[in-house]
Amino acid sequence: MSNIYRVFFTVAAFFAAAIPAAAQEAAQEVVLTMDEKVNAAFSSATGWFVNGIFMSIPGTNFPWIVMWLVIGATVFTIYFAAVQFRFFGHAIALVKGDYSDPDDAGEVSHFQALATALSGTVGLGNIAGVAVAVGIGGPGATFWMILAGLLGMASKFTECTLGVKYRNEYPDGSVSGGPMYYIAKGFNELGLPGGKILAVVFSIFCILGALGGGNMFQANQAHAQITQITGDFPGWITGIIFATIVFAVIVGGIKSIAKVTEKIVPLMGILYVGAALIVLIVNYNLIGWAFGQIFAGAFTGLGVAGGMVGALIQGFKRAAFSNEAGVGSAAIAHSAVKTKEPITEGFVSLLEPLIDTVVVCTMTALVIVISQQLIIDPNTGNYVLNEAGTAIATVGDTSGVALTSAAFGSAISWFPYVLAIAVILFAFSTMISWSYYGLKAWTYLFGEGKTKELIFKIIFCIFIVIGAAASLGPVIDFSDAAIFAMAVVNIFCLYFLMKIVRRELVSYSARLKSGEIQKFTH
Amino acid sequence: MKLVIGLDGQSSGEKALEFATQLAANMETCELIVVYVIEWSPFSFQTAEENAQRHKRREEEISIATDRVLTPAIDTLTKAGLTARAIVRHGDVADTIDAIAHKEGASQIIIARSSAGGFSKRIFGSSTANLVMNARVPVTVVV
Repeated sequence: MSNIYRVFFTVAAFFAAAIPAAAQEAAQEVVLTMDEKVNAAFSSATGWFVNGIFMSIPGTNFPWIVMWLVIGATVFTIYFAAVQFRFFGHAIALVKGDYSDPDDAGEVSHFQALATALSGTVGLGNIAGVAVAVGIGGPGATFWMILAGLLGMASKFTECTLGVKYRNEYPDGSVSGGPMYYIAKGFNELGLPGGKILAVVFSIFCILGALGGGNMFQANQAHAQITQITGDFPGWITGIIFATIVFAVIVGGIKSIAKVTEKIVPLMGILYVGAALIVLIVNYNLIGWAFGQIFAGAFTGLGVAGGMVGALIQGFKRAAFSNEAGVGSAAIAHSAVKTKEPITEGFVSLLEPLIDTVVVCTMTALVIVISQQLIIDPNTGNYVLNEAGTAIATVGDTSGVALTSAAFGSAISWFPYVLAIAVILFAFSTMISWSYYGLKAWTYLFGEGKTKELIFKIIFCIFIVIGAAASLGPVIDFSDAAIFAMAVVNIFCLYFLMKIVRRELVSYSARLKSGEIQKFTH
Repeated sequence: MKLVIGLDGQSSGEKALEFATQLAANMETCELIVVYVIEWSPFSFQTAEENAQRHKRREEEISIATDRVLTPAIDTLTKAGLTARAIVRHGDVADTIDAIAHKEGASQIIIARSSAGGFSKRIFGSSTANLVMNARVPVTVVV
């Protein structure tokens, strides 16, 4: 193991040493240059990719990718006849363990698979991402976010059912699953060509997504949050600290850190929703007004950049980025479950967008709106834009996680500190989850093996440093682009594979109705 | 007549086994069911990697429990001329032993006094105490 650490610290030392070696006299100035350099190099390297993914539909300013996700979610909702509402109660019963065979006790439970997948998605998207959406798209973005969340439940159902159905089970009892496996195997089963190639393309995007949204965005926002409290300091320092801890967990196998995080993160989630409820209760007289703003903004835009369409784009984008429905990441997390019925995992997974987007994201949005951080022109009732005209002007000129923090802080003065800890922990747990998703895609491409896995893990840690050092704009663009690129391949393939899921659904509901599938009495 | 013996892999479990042997020796026909429960909750939080390894770990845990605790116990009982079989299961100790006893139609559960003490016992109570309070079958606690 010491060799592994040596390799990593050599790489880390390179980043650290590059700066003092370059200039000994004006350290501060050079540090800034380092961040700026990373930033410039990063945006020029990824610009073409970002532009391709976010290209507008000709003649409109509507990015085709957002349309793609929403159409996908709508198709699945219709094709499975609103499965997210019909089987909602059944999903809850499954998570409670009502249908779990006591003889299978000790395997990964439905609850555990759901919790693991949620700890990968509940995170910065819910705190910083929503603030970005509401900051640019106004309160109306919330409405579209909720709608996208509800529709996204069907996408999640489709991909997670397939994830379990087509996973690989190895002789040693461990499992690997995810879109790359169901695309390759499912296409093969249906006699369709190109499955293998699509699986490879998905894996490449998954690795980029893991390094982008699952890593750089997290490191970047965690750094932003830390500087809020400590004052400004170079991002690479945060990056190296994070990289070292993540490295210790994913390479050093220090499970205790991961274990502690996995236990604290759900508590933080509950605390977060609890605090949001307190803010809402304190401002109970404004709740009606806030919902009014959300509905009015959803259809008129209330003066935001891009009007109603601007609100819609922001809402859809942030919902997709937060709950990852249609992206395929959750299918990787859910495929570890031992169940005789793959579709049960699909039912359980449809709760994810509900908890993540419809509950947690909406809480964040409500708190921001109700705390009146967004400046309204008293004469017109419309929102005032900032100088650049790109987002709504806010009290104290905040955006992203700082906006959420200020919103909570206006009602509970000490909460920004709790939020800072929550953000750091969420960022950390999301990184750990995505390191696993990325690794699965990596091993799908290059095969399983200790050295191959180590190479990916080292690359992953280096990107933490880059993510923390780069400024928000290019990082958030690349993160979104990489994650959405996964959805391009995944949803395309799901259209072909969804009939397999429908077959499972028809068979399962018939057996559920006939009483063949019954609750276990414990 | 069926007796369920709950073992916890501690030395106190031996006493429960001894007591059950004596009891069974006095009966004409008696089947002994030796149970070992691996403490586990379906509502704990795990990382994705732990989930992927879970099936493998479960098999390992079951085989360790069987080799170290159950097989020696069954051997002892069989040598004493008794009919005995083993069950190993994951779950909450008290709930699982009760569920097995209920399902098997056992007339009695025999367990040793809890060996856990101190802080965790104050917070969570012992499995033995939980079993005594909630079991649907008479419980004998061997001291």
